[in-house]
Amino acid sequence: MAHAHAAASEHVHDDHHGHHEHDGHHDQESLKLFGFWIFLITDCILFGTLFATYVVLRNSTAGGPEAHELFEMPGVIAETFILLTSSFTSGLAVLSMHQGSKRGLIGWLAVTAVLGASFVGLEVTEFVKMVTVEHATIATSGFLSGFFVLVGTHGLHVSVGLIWMTALMIQIGRRGITSVTTRKVGVISLYWHFLDVVWIFVFTVVYLMGVM
Amino acid sequence: MRRTKKWHRAAVTAVLVLTAALLSGCGEQLIVMNPKGPIGESQKDLILIASALCAVVLIPVLGLTAFIVWRYRDRKGTKASYRPNWSHSTVMETVWWGIPIVIIAVLAVVTAKYTYALEPSKPIASQQKAITIQASSLDWKWLFTYPDQGIASVNVLHIPVGVPVRFELTSDGPMNSFWIPQLGGQMYTMSGMAMTLYLQADEAGVYFGSGANFSGEHFADMKFNVDATSQTDFNRWVNEVKRTSPALTEAGFEQLSKPGTTQPLVYSSFPDGLFSKIVSKYAAGHSHGQSEPGMKGMNGMDGGSGTDMKDMDMKDMDMGGMDMSSHQMNGRQAEAGTSGHASH
Amino acid sequence: MLDHIKQFASEFFVTGDPLILGAQVSIALATVAVVFVLTYFHKWGWLWREWLTSVDHKRIGIMYIICSLLMLFRGGVDALLMRLQLAVPNAHFLEPEHYNQIFTTHGVIMILFMAMPLMFGLFNVVVPLQIGARDVAYPFLNSLSFWMFFWGAMLFNVSFIIGGSPDAGWLSYPPLSELSHSPGIGQNFYIWGIQISGIGSLATGINFIVTILKMRAPGMKLMKMPMFSWSVLASCVAIIFAFPILTVTLALLFLDRFLGAHFFTLASGGNPMMYINLIWMWGHPEVYIVVLPAFGVFSDVVATFAKKKLFGYKSMVFAMMSISIMSFFTWLHHFFTMGTGADVNVFFAITTMIIAIPTGVKIFNWLFTMFRGRITFSTPMMWTVAFIPCFVVGGMTGVLLSVAPADFQFHNSYFLIAHFHQVLIGGVVFGYFAGLYYWWPKIFGFKLNEHLGKWAFWFWNIGFYVCFMPQYFLGLMGMTRRTYTYDFDMGWGPLNLISTIGGFLMGLAFLFQVWQIAHSIKFMQRDTTGDPWNGRTLEWSIPSPAPLYNFAVLPQVEATDDWWETKEKLAAGEKPKPQGPIEPIHMPKNSAIPFVKSTLWFFAGFGFVWDWLWLAIPAMIGIGICMLARSFSYDTDYYIPVDEIRQTEAKMRRATV
Repeated sequence: MAHAHAAASEHVHDDHHGHHEHDGHHDQESLKLFGFWIFLITDCILFGTLFATYVVLRNSTAGGPEAHELFEMPGVIAETFILLTSSFTSGLAVLSMHQGSKRGLIGWLAVTAVLGASFVGLEVTEFVKMVTVEHATIATSGFLSGFFVLVGTHGLHVSVGLIWMTALMIQIGRRGITSVTTRKVGVISLYWHFLDVVWIFVFTVVYLMGVM
Repeated sequence: MRRTKKWHRAAVTAVLVLTAALLSGCGEQLIVMNPKGPIGESQKDLILIASALCAVVLIPVLGLTAFIVWRYRDRKGTKASYRPNWSHSTVMETVWWGIPIVIIAVLAVVTAKYTYALEPSKPIASQQKAITIQASSLDWKWLFTYPDQGIASVNVLHIPVGVPVRFELTSDGPMNSFWIPQLGGQMYTMSGMAMTLYLQADEAGVYFGSGANFSGEHFADMKFNVDATSQTDFNRWVNEVKRTSPALTEAGFEQLSKPGTTQPLVYSSFPDGLFSKIVSKYAAGHSHGQSEPGMKGMNGMDGGSGTDMKDMDMKDMDMGGMDMSSHQMNGRQAEAGTSGHASH
Repeated sequence: MLDHIKQFASEFFVTGDPLILGAQVSIALATVAVVFVLTYFHKWGWLWREWLTSVDHKRIGIMYIICSLLMLFRGGVDALLMRLQLAVPNAHFLEPEHYNQIFTTHGVIMILFMAMPLMFGLFNVVVPLQIGARDVAYPFLNSLSFWMFFWGAMLFNVSFIIGGSPDAGWLSYPPLSELSHSPGIGQNFYIWGIQISGIGSLATGINFIVTILKMRAPGMKLMKMPMFSWSVLASCVAIIFAFPILTVTLALLFLDRFLGAHFFTLASGGNPMMYINLIWMWGHPEVYIVVLPAFGVFSDVVATFAKKKLFGYKSMVFAMMSISIMSFFTWLHHFFTMGTGADVNVFFAITTMIIAIPTGVKIFNWLFTMFRGRITFSTPMMWTVAFIPCFVVGGMTGVLLSVAPADFQFHNSYFLIAHFHQVLIGGVVFGYFAGLYYWWPKIFGFKLNEHLGKWAFWFWNIGFYVCFMPQYFLGLMGMTRRTYTYDFDMGWGPLNLISTIGGFLMGLAFLFQVWQIAHSIKFMQRDTTGDPWNGRTLEWSIPSPAPLYNFAVLPQVEATDDWWETKEKLAAGEKPKPQGPIEPIHMPKNSAIPFVKSTLWFFAGFGFVWDWLWLAIPAMIGIGICMLARSFSYDTDYYIPVDEIRQTEAKMRRATV
């Protein structure tokens, strides 16, 4: 309960004197990071709702293909490792940033983005194969609707993150490591770790339980 | 501002007068409060008990409001005390945390007792053997089939007095709600499941029944009369229907289930297993017709996801999952394979 | 070619109904008039610079309130049309399909496009001033929230003249709202209108949580915060937990309709009951979301007009937060009759009843705030005093409804209709009116005319009881909701006629309010004090309307009702608090991005509604470009120099240190 926690710790402002450029920004950056944490709570609920609907519909196959017939674990395990690794490399990017290395930061972000892109690529390939070869589409059964929307929403999140990351690399290239870009890197790495955690749930609830 | 307080008084009096007038003058018309069967009777008692419990708080609060507003209004030469900083009293706050807690606790116990007693699928204790009637809501009419008698009717219902009636409810399309206020509370009719509702009429008479849940354009026309007669008269009616009315055929049912409205109709027979066909038409498509075991697995699943959702601070969601699955389990004979109530 | 155009127009515009034709003509005329006035007086630039691109919370709040009052009119007209249709048995004033559209739009508009924006309007104009902040945490996001709401509401409203309105009820249960039963596009308008404005609501929730937790003036501990701000916090907590569920639910329904998915369909393993669970997991918290801020308004108003400290501050905070959390555990009471079994019903019946406890405690606290006070009856206080009996009765019928087996008899009947109108009008509407009358002088710098306000008040109140009390009895007579007509022999005629008369009395009351606002703008005296009610909290310590930066110097807060305490000390001859020096103030720059991006959302929504991907996809790409444009803009704020602040303050005739 982030908000309860925040409410419990009586937050008293420092009484700022001598506002100058840096202070005003610094305050704002921490504020934006805090807001992003709250946004992640809402995103958690969004995914939670999708998980709930998937779990309710997972046996409603309506005579169509079932989970254990459909899922091919090698590809999924590869996806999982790629995403976990990208989480690690995004952590390395933040480390480089703290050491003040602009090149290291952009480099590790690029590695993260490439890993993210290959994850999305694998997922798209998996979906395309399901639709074309297995004739398992979103309109086949309740189970598949739930599956495509849950996994697809996660994939969409990753894709948005990729565009965002690319934009951020350009900004860092132009402006270097400032208080603003530092906050932006902090936010996106938070987002990236969050997507990783969600993927672990997807892997467990959808794939592992599907093939068991 | 005298008017405010006067207005309160006037409002309360008006409501009371209106109530009195309605209860005496149109008591007959308040059909919920004028039940003709054991279930409706219990529900009326419960409404009265709950209302009395609420009145215990309501009347003092209204009185107190009027008094405070009147006494402490700002006027010249007022004698009322004024303590602008008096804003806490542990004793008083304990009292008004306490009173509602006690009342709600009492009401909760009463509610729990009645909820178990009046569980719609619980048979009514009776010397008589229950008669089964299957009710299906179509667009926009009610189809009643009598599996024991082998007849069917549309938008009209006949039941014997003093005999428990076991209604099996389903829907051929959007959800509706089967409601005969004077016999007892309503129950949803849902596609793909058969719900059970026991009702009984203790007096002969004609009672109003309706589809209480919006199901599209002409749902307001889904009304039917319930004709409660003695067993002899009921049997006579059944025989007459068998003798004089046409049969309901498959094709006839196709025609009937098309959206539209109709006058009351009766049929001397209906296709075998019509009701379970309507149910299974929409039953959740578990590929192997899994029933209980699959369901249990699902609950286990929910437990599993429940733990991870708790981490994400999402108890409510997990409740949702649980709830829906238990709901499916409770959809008695929801599975096509298990509904053993086809006509004999 | 001409035939093609004709064919298209007949599908595109709703035709064949004189009422709607009249509306179409008047909308077209009004649009022309607005465009003409703006052009003639050269006001386009002003509109763009001062309003459309503004990120000032006060202006955004005003825009919310204006939209909300317009929507109140629209929803009210819907209500009166329904009451006309039901006034006598077997009426043929409206066709059933038209009637179904009207009760659907009435519900959606009143809850989502009237109550929500009025609430957000009050959040915006009050909260930053009340907690001593210069703006909300994210002014840019705030502007985006407003425009998302605005275009969402526009999209929903346009359905009435273009393409046809949704008609599956305000929560659009499947399968009625699925393609199988609603093949038209009305349902798509429902989904996209609510979806777009819902995203805005979610952002507002996040925005105000951060504002309240992080932007309070120095010294204002959480337990010294004014009660309205507490209520906003409680409401926003519920928003961030509930609204994502709505977003998902609507998205899934849209996928069912758009891609043929099977979440809630009858066939292929869909589960319509899941939708009902999901929508109420949002829907029930939603009604508490709208009523909590009203509770906050009453708390502030009652303390001000009883000239007394709010009684039981800690109880109030605890009650408010517990209502916010408990609201998530009661959703199933909306369908006790689904036959989920006695265990489940008992659980939800009890959780529902438990909410009555903190609510009851709040009522007592308000009463005892008045006890030993000195009550003056200005319009805000009148609404507050009228609220108490009304809400208590409405709450009690709510408790009756929570008794599961009794609910089998009340459910879907007019008893239920009367209950929720009594808590929504008696609680939410009265509360927001009280707030609007109370803070109006703070927003605009003049009071609303009390005399006309009292006329409006009495018509609203008497109209309310005349309209809704008979409906309790209609419910007990077996009249179900959403029924478009009834027979003579049911005996429902007389009470329905009374109810209709009450509805028109409320309509009259609304006209009085319109007159009152027009009259006040023209004739009311400017309030030069900034504190016309002798208020207790910080927003009354600055001039009205507040300057752009709100506070020249951030106040040092010491007590709960800080401004009141300050006034008391000054009256007792103490020296005023020493104020810090004036420093340059850091402010956000206006931005066109929120307006442009939300307009693109409107086009995207419109494209999806009509299945026009050629419109939807470019609009979605445009939305993405807007997001990137924002990400790349680093020059988003500026400083107001000290001289300018001094000049502004001097103009407002306030001694500055």
